[in-house]
This record gives sequence, structure tokens and C-alpha cells, in this order.
Amino acid sequence: MMAAGIFVFSAAALLQFFISYCRSLIAASSKQVLSPEVKDVTGIHRIASGEDFKRVMQLLQLCPESPEDRTSVQAIGAYFSLLNFVRFTVARLFPSTRAWTESERGMCAYFAAVALERRISFSRDMLAQQMDS
Amino acid sequence: MPGPVDYLLWALTALCELSVLVCAFARHSFRRYLSLNIYMLGSLLVTILRFWMFLHYGYTSSRYFYFYYYSDALLTIGLYFGLIALYSYVLDELQAGKYVRVTATLLLAGTAAFSYMVVQQSTDRMLTRFVVELSQNLYFVGLILTYLLWGAILKLRETRTRIIHLVLSLGVYFSAFAANYALRNLYPSLHTILGYLPPIIAISLPLAWAHAFWRVPEDARLVPSRLAVVPR
Repeated sequence: MMAAGIFVFSAAALLQFFISYCRSLIAASSKQVLSPEVKDVTGIHRIASGEDFKRVMQLLQLCPESPEDRTSVQAIGAYFSLLNFVRFTVARLFPSTRAWTESERGMCAYFAAVALERRISFSRDMLAQQMDS
Repeated sequence: MPGPVDYLLWALTALCELSVLVCAFARHSFRRYLSLNIYMLGSLLVTILRFWMFLHYGYTSSRYFYFYYYSDALLTIGLYFGLIALYSYVLDELQAGKYVRVTATLLLAGTAAFSYMVVQQSTDRMLTRFVVELSQNLYFVGLILTYLLWGAILKLRETRTRIIHLVLSLGVYFSAFAANYALRNLYPSLHTILGYLPPIIAISLPLAWAHAFWRVPEDARLVPSRLAVVPR
């Protein structure tokens, strides 16, 4: 009984910490403005929507990985899956949750676009270094 | 017998722990977060020593078994003090450092006493049982303390992004371990499957900390109320 209580509390805390951690990663990238080039490539001109996420992630996978953002991209990918799960389960019962998940999914897509921008500049730096050497 | 995945996880863990130290050093944050870095250094040494023990004595040897659980308990105590250091950073302006340290020491002693009471009926390998029990209980106490610290961050409107990242990743780590141990106690038959989780959870902390030291500047700020699951 005690183990069950500990499990429920720990699982709830895990979920809460994980969501807050992902939102802290997203908050850091939400202040960055996308370059016109990335806006064109991703199709995100003003506000990103959840539907953009998959496409931006595919573009992200085409770029060489930079070791710095690997963890955060994976964490946001997991968070996006969690949001999709909520969207198809809880959000069907509670409309306010639906609006929240939509907004969060859009922010995940924006995060991915910022990561894409970073990876493009990382690739350019690598290429420039190779050309120099 | 460990397979290629276990070796990979071992190597990745050591690499991630090393990267935390390198990132902290490169960003001139080694001394500022000394207790966290000392914990990570200890964790790296333990990872290397566990591998050495495994190579010399084998995965199923009693020496490896004892070393694994005793080092795990010591590391958990180390991380507990790392968490207390995070409390000191957050409550710095309230000048409550002394009270935090005294309360933390009392709580640690209380957890040790509770663990002893749980295992005192055992006649064989009591010390080992005590160490395992203490480790499990400390993960849960660590989770409660991290939860309280997160509450304090929201209440005091702490805006230092790096500290927020360090605390949240620690919360994920403690809660994942506490949930894993609780599941093991609930379903002992799942021991083999759940046994794969700790190395994966163990990697998450150094990964998140390396990211916090490398990518998040010391002067970066954010509004913590925006991160709460329930909007404030």
C-alpha cells in the first residue's frame, strides 16, 4: 500500500518536473527570432502550429547533429508525444485542455525551428573550418 | 551477463559525467556550483570503478554487488548535499543557509534511523540491507525536498535560468528513481525489466546538467511562473 502511494506521488511529480523542464527549454528559445531563410524553409512566418512540428523535425534530422542541442531536442520530442497523447485522450473531455495542448504543440514546433537555425549555422561553421584547413 | 547495450550505457554515462565537469570548467562555473561538480566527479569515479570491478570480478560476483549498492548509497548522500547546496543558492537572500544545513542533517539522520528500523528484523546481511533501504528512502526524501525547492522557486520568483534547469532536472531524476523503486517493491517479478531503467535514468541527470552549464549563461533569466503546469 505504501509502495503504491509512493509510486503514484513519484509518477505525478515526475510528470510535473518533466513538463516544467521542457517548458523551461522552450521558454529559452521562444525569445529568439527566426531568420528569413529558416522562416521560408519551415513555413513558420508568424505563429508556429503543432502541425509544423513533424516537418521541422524531418528537416532537423537532415542537418548534422550538434552535440549541444541533442538532449533538448530529444526531450522536446518526448514532450510533443506526451502532448499528442493528452490531445487524443484528456483534451477530448476538457476543451480548455485542448487549447492549452495546441498552444504547447505550437511552441514545440517553434523550438524545433530555432534548433534547426542553430544546426544550420553549426553546419556552416564546420564547412568553413574544413575549407580553411 | 551485460550485453552491448549495457556497455554502451556505461560508456555514455561516463562520457556525460565527464562532459558536465568539462562544461562547468569551460564556463567558469566549477567553483560556483562546487558541491554539484564534486558529486559529478564522484559519480564519474564510481562509474569507472564499477566497470573495473565488473571486468575483474564479474557482474554476478558478491564484490560487484556490494560495491554497487554501497557506492550508490554514498552517491545518493552526495546528491542529497548537492540538493541542499541548491537550497542555499535559492534561499541566499533570506540568509537561511544555516537553518537549511541543520534541517538537512537532521532529515538525513532521521532517514537513516527509519531505514535502520525497517531492516533491524533481518538477521543476515543487515548492513547491506540497511544501505539499500537508505538509498531507496533517500531518493524519496530527495524527491520531496526537490518538490519543496521548486515550490520555493515559484513563490520567491527565482529567475536564474541555470538554477531552474538544475533543480528541474534533479526533480526528474529523483522522481524517476523513486517511482522505479516503488514499482520494484510492488511487482518484484518485474525486477529484470525494471533493472534496465536505472542506467537510462542515471544518464538523464548529467545530460541535463551538461546542457545547463554549456548552453545556459549564468546571467540568463526567465519567469518561473510560466513553467508551472498549473498556471499561476
